[in-house]
Amino acid sequence: MSDRILIGHGSGGRQYRDLVDQVFVRHFSNPLLDPLDDAATLTGACASGRRLAFTTDAHVVRPLKFPGGDIGRLAVAGTVNDVATAAARPLALAAAFVIEEGLPVGELEEICASMAATAREADVPIATGDTKVVERGLADGLYITTTGIGEVVVDHEVSPRAVREGDLVLLSGTIGDHSAAVLAARGEFKLEIVIESDCAPLWSLVEAALEAGGEEVRFLRDATRGGLTTVLVELAESSGLGVAVEEEAIPLSPPVRAVCELLGYDPLTLANEGKMVMAVGPERADAVLEAVKRHPLGSRAALIGEVVSDHPGRVAMRTPFGTRRVLDMPVGELLPRIC
Amino acid sequence: MTERDKIEAAAAELAEAAAGRSLTYMEVCGTHTMAIARHGLRQLLPPGLRLVSGPGCPVCVTAIGDIDRAVALAALPDVILTTFGDLMRVPASRSTLADERAGGSQVRVVYSAFEAVELAAAEPDREVVLVGIGFETTAPTVAAGIIAAKERGVKNFSVLSLHKTMPAPMRALLDAGETPLDGFILPGHVSVITGADAFDFLADDYGVGGVVAGFEPDDVVRGLLALATQERPAIQIEYSRAVTPEGNRVAQEVIERVFEPCDADWRGLGPIPGSGLALSPEFRDFDAAERFEIDPGEPVEPKGCRCGDVLRGLIDPSECALFGTRCTPETPVGACMVSSEGACAAHYRYRDLT
Repeated sequence: MSDRILIGHGSGGRQYRDLVDQVFVRHFSNPLLDPLDDAATLTGACASGRRLAFTTDAHVVRPLKFPGGDIGRLAVAGTVNDVATAAARPLALAAAFVIEEGLPVGELEEICASMAATAREADVPIATGDTKVVERGLADGLYITTTGIGEVVVDHEVSPRAVREGDLVLLSGTIGDHSAAVLAARGEFKLEIVIESDCAPLWSLVEAALEAGGEEVRFLRDATRGGLTTVLVELAESSGLGVAVEEEAIPLSPPVRAVCELLGYDPLTLANEGKMVMAVGPERADAVLEAVKRHPLGSRAALIGEVVSDHPGRVAMRTPFGTRRVLDMPVGELLPRIC
Repeated sequence: MTERDKIEAAAAELAEAAAGRSLTYMEVCGTHTMAIARHGLRQLLPPGLRLVSGPGCPVCVTAIGDIDRAVALAALPDVILTTFGDLMRVPASRSTLADERAGGSQVRVVYSAFEAVELAAAEPDREVVLVGIGFETTAPTVAAGIIAAKERGVKNFSVLSLHKTMPAPMRALLDAGETPLDGFILPGHVSVITGADAFDFLADDYGVGGVVAGFEPDDVVRGLLALATQERPAIQIEYSRAVTPEGNRVAQEVIERVFEPCDADWRGLGPIPGSGLALSPEFRDFDAAERFEIDPGEPVEPKGCRCGDVLRGLIDPSECALFGTRCTPETPVGACMVSSEGACAAHYRYRDLT
């Protein structure tokens, strides 16, 4: 095989087949994928009578590699996490690649290796996929779209509409890490900071929370683009209730805080790729918090606020000085191509 | 003592010092505007003490006609217009730089003048123009960029200088006498460059005190306390870890070498003589205003916009009829709602529940 991706690799013919065999199957091999049929067939998922969760995500992050991850890890973790927000165990992923002519095959291999490792972490097979190659100058190296299907493991409703006044808001860890890592990698600021993206699959963390909290876990959402603020506003608007948070309780690592102060960013609106927000009934909130903190990805988890009947549809934050302000969804594209 | 305890103690002292008095203090620094709003500091102030925002946001005080000039430059076929991010969404008479970019013009956000110079060096067939906006804090870095371009022989680089200096508008405000002002929280970053002495005229000529305060919430409250407890109007430095009476001489010299004072047009305040910075004769080759012929058209103020009144400290943002209704961060009418240092943006973004 050549050492760069050529237009022919997307053609569906012999070169395409070589690429699939030598790169994709080599890294992703599993019983669902190996037959290389146009569609993978999943057995058993519907037999249990459980609901299915189904989601898709496009990934256009620039640069392709950044401290703590790459577009491949992002693609797998991002879709696993979306499935997890439905309280669903991921069953299978599909991955479609749009590759820019000229991308070194070695780079593609590294990204596939990363995807395979992340998929193993999440215990989910990459069951099927597709590849197109576009002319030099398009696709900025690589775009990946992943679609995921999962099995909902609970019988109760997990959604903003199920949330009740008095539920506590739990955040699984520090915020802003992903954006800060990508910013540093873009080299625009020449910052010498050691921040890694938090990009990680969170199903096992969510599973632990569901085991500890049962029906009291009523809302799950991962904080990606738009940050923590966007998730909280969505929760308030969709539930018709208010959300009150304590600024001091929100976990923030010192280097991220410093970058935000330096560049004028609000860490609450920065993208994350490995953080889950939950709403949990007060009786089980402590138990869920303990369970999440025991998980390697949840060691900085904290209870950051509460669902209230005041200010329905709006989010209010109390500062460390006892003053208060409304949190709104951020406007405009602060950091384009962040995920 | 926790942060909260410190602030509460300072606020209590301030309440005592301000008891029974009606005081209006003005801050003239976009960073102060944001810091005060972000921490909700106005909620801690005693009744009778009013803290207003002045013309401290460099993007906000840029006249619409000047932004039209930037838009006209962006439209020139060989020009790559570079700007600091804030300016992208500010409404000009007929467009914004973001609209121009979406329409195919070359407009790029840069984070320093050097970045613009590098871009010019890398694109010898294009003309790179930097829109120079900012007060004495930013001017030295743009000046350094121009010096670097000259030394490296990067000829396809130029600057549209819309820089302005801080003391002049404060004089203009006091001369106009529209709002009775009892004191100023002096601009922290500008004072680092100019030195606190640059503001002596406030006390000497107008009998108004000024305190240079830092940006932490505790710094701001203590700055207000210092103002409220001054025995006679004076200029005080509370931000002593960064500010001296004479300022940063090296930065001042760089400004004096590359720029010279000129008349400038301020949104809200109108033309103020000697308040702007134009390229000095030694560097006039890098003046975009001389290099390019443009026709920006007649400036049009957006209807109903009261940015000018906000910038003069006449009204609080919430007193503008458009605030939060027709004028929001998503659909801004005036610069004050767009700029990251604008008073209206600060009031809106960090507002309390009503």
